[in-house]
Amino acid sequence: MASLVRALRPLSRTVPSARLASRRFPGRTVPSAYAFSTTPRRREADLSDLTPTPISLLSETESMMADTVQKFAQEQIGPKVRDMDEAETMDPAVVEQLFEQGLMGVEIPEEYGGAGMNFTAAIVAIEELARIDPSVSVMVDVHNTLVNTAIMRYGDAQAHRTWLPKLSTGTVGSFCLSEPASGSDAFALQTKAEKTADGYKLNGSKMWITNAMESGIFIVFANLNPSAGYKGITAFIVEKDTPGFSIAKKEKKLGIRASSTCVLNFDDVVIPKSNLLGEEGQGYKYAINILNEGRIGIAAQMTGLALGAWENAARYVWNDRKQFGQLIGEFQGMQHQIAQAYTEIAAARALVYNAARKKEAGQDFVQDAAMAKLYASQVAGRVSGSAVEWMGGMGFVREGTAEKMFRDSKIGAIYEGTSNIQLQTIAKLLQKQYTN
Amino acid sequence: MSKALRILVPVKRVIDYAIKPRINKASTGVETTGVKHSMNPFDELSVEEAVRLRQRGEESKSPMKVENILALSAGGPKTPDVLRTAMAMGADRAFHIDVPEADGSPEPLTVAKMLRGVVEKENINLVLLGKQAIDGDQGQTGQMLAGLLGWPQATQASKVEIKDEAGTVEVTHEVDGGVETLRAKLPMVITTDLRLNEPRYASLPNIMKAKKKPLEKKTLADFGVEDTRRLKTVKVTEPPPRKGGGKVEDVDGLVSKLKELGAL
Repeated sequence: MASLVRALRPLSRTVPSARLASRRFPGRTVPSAYAFSTTPRRREADLSDLTPTPISLLSETESMMADTVQKFAQEQIGPKVRDMDEAETMDPAVVEQLFEQGLMGVEIPEEYGGAGMNFTAAIVAIEELARIDPSVSVMVDVHNTLVNTAIMRYGDAQAHRTWLPKLSTGTVGSFCLSEPASGSDAFALQTKAEKTADGYKLNGSKMWITNAMESGIFIVFANLNPSAGYKGITAFIVEKDTPGFSIAKKEKKLGIRASSTCVLNFDDVVIPKSNLLGEEGQGYKYAINILNEGRIGIAAQMTGLALGAWENAARYVWNDRKQFGQLIGEFQGMQHQIAQAYTEIAAARALVYNAARKKEAGQDFVQDAAMAKLYASQVAGRVSGSAVEWMGGMGFVREGTAEKMFRDSKIGAIYEGTSNIQLQTIAKLLQKQYTN
Repeated sequence: MSKALRILVPVKRVIDYAIKPRINKASTGVETTGVKHSMNPFDELSVEEAVRLRQRGEESKSPMKVENILALSAGGPKTPDVLRTAMAMGADRAFHIDVPEADGSPEPLTVAKMLRGVVEKENINLVLLGKQAIDGDQGQTGQMLAGLLGWPQATQASKVEIKDEAGTVEVTHEVDGGVETLRAKLPMVITTDLRLNEPRYASLPNIMKAKKKPLEKKTLADFGVEDTRRLKTVKVTEPPPRKGGGKVEDVDGLVSKLKELGAL
């Protein structure tokens, strides 16, 4: 597909009709987004000869792990969901089981104790977990798609040997970018790094840090050279017990309450040279690239959430609740809503899996990821909201999972790029493509 | 070196236990197309037990080590799914006995004869199999196999323990009002029941490892067996819908109700 477009482009400059044609069907071109993505192209293979398959098709390994994760989530996490939400804490036993199942090192190579699976496998796992508990899902998502990916991609051999075995077998990781005064404007971060004789010293604070209570490894973005602006941003690895590092506050939240979100303080935190991740001054690139693909993970969390909320309500209206002498799911007014909701979920999932496959194929996926995350979070909000209504009083009480899914869905429009930021990304790329 | 266990674990791909089975349009059986399938739950128990026997052997908690665990399943093109699951749980290798899906499952006697062939060719000394498959619920294969081989059998095991290097095996199973403990010597056939263990979930790294384990395709003929049928399914129907019962106030009410119905 990409090669086809590339081949057509020079032609379009000389032949007016072809140019017209290419403008008339802009949806068929692949938007170029090199400026936003320096993701190495893993496969340069030409995909044009392949027979397209349904986008929902999973490989044998992916579908087997989907089955296993689904079963594990239902049987092991399911009974704890309500209690963890009420207590606003993640059960340490769940974290331990996630490591045991290999869910914390999906893409980490086998030699470092991971499963050595592909990106879409991680997406499948995140989605399956979110059907049961979006809090557990986001923990696995952040750990895999942000932390593990950052170290696998930007760490050197020494960093791989030091951190990957821990991350795949027992230590949770956090990705620390946001600050009190820098969220969507991520590069306005204020945390400072200074060079010392044999390492670095960090000062500042971070906010909205997912997994912080459970984590032992923190990837921290700090500015090493503020005069260079965002080009001074550098990524460091900080371990929990480093002097000067502290968790200042654990947030109380509307949703995903079992997932911890904290404020972190760095007060003269001294780390060795080897804790520099990648190169100095490259942190902003790392952050952009990782968040671009991390978004697909959040999108999967949202489709999983939507599916979980939908299934929970569908079972209730089609099996349990009768009014006026029939199951409430028999009323046409209900049926149309349920069908509409499922169609939206299917559409969102198609965006998510398409973005994941494009990333794996080494194609540009930035716009696809943004569209997937935007739409999936919108669908999750709508479907989980409707699901509460379909279930009536049973949806409103803090007993089942309906109201929890609704509360959990709200975060999808906020973290890893707000909906407005996604729209901005999509619009910028489109404008570039359509500007003469 | 003492004798080692060479375990055969036959497994079956069945409709997932959580799915409500529906009768097909022709009333000849249960609808299987487009329905989620997974490994027969009793077979998961046997795979798990085989893997635990190996772990106990390695940790020297059992007098016999496990040399090899062979998983086997007969069925159509989707059968390798459950064999991969068995290998992801810990089986070392697998045989897929190709039986055309259109023919349905072979009858228990055919399966037992096939298993006898495998036992003889592969020098198996312990067969661990589910007490029944949840689709046919026939519960005969293990017993038939033991009969064909002339081996001791212990059915519905809730505990399996290897007692010594000579291959004495103690199997506990639940009976009405208590438990019964059986003792036999290898080679033997054991069928598994629900309380034997809690099957593990295949971990992601093990799913990847399972891809590299050998899975061989075989036919019934390789073991000198023909898929002959002695049984004919005449008709399959849904059970009649349950009619609501009545409530009685107390014991006297119950007694008078029973009298009224002529039960007392």
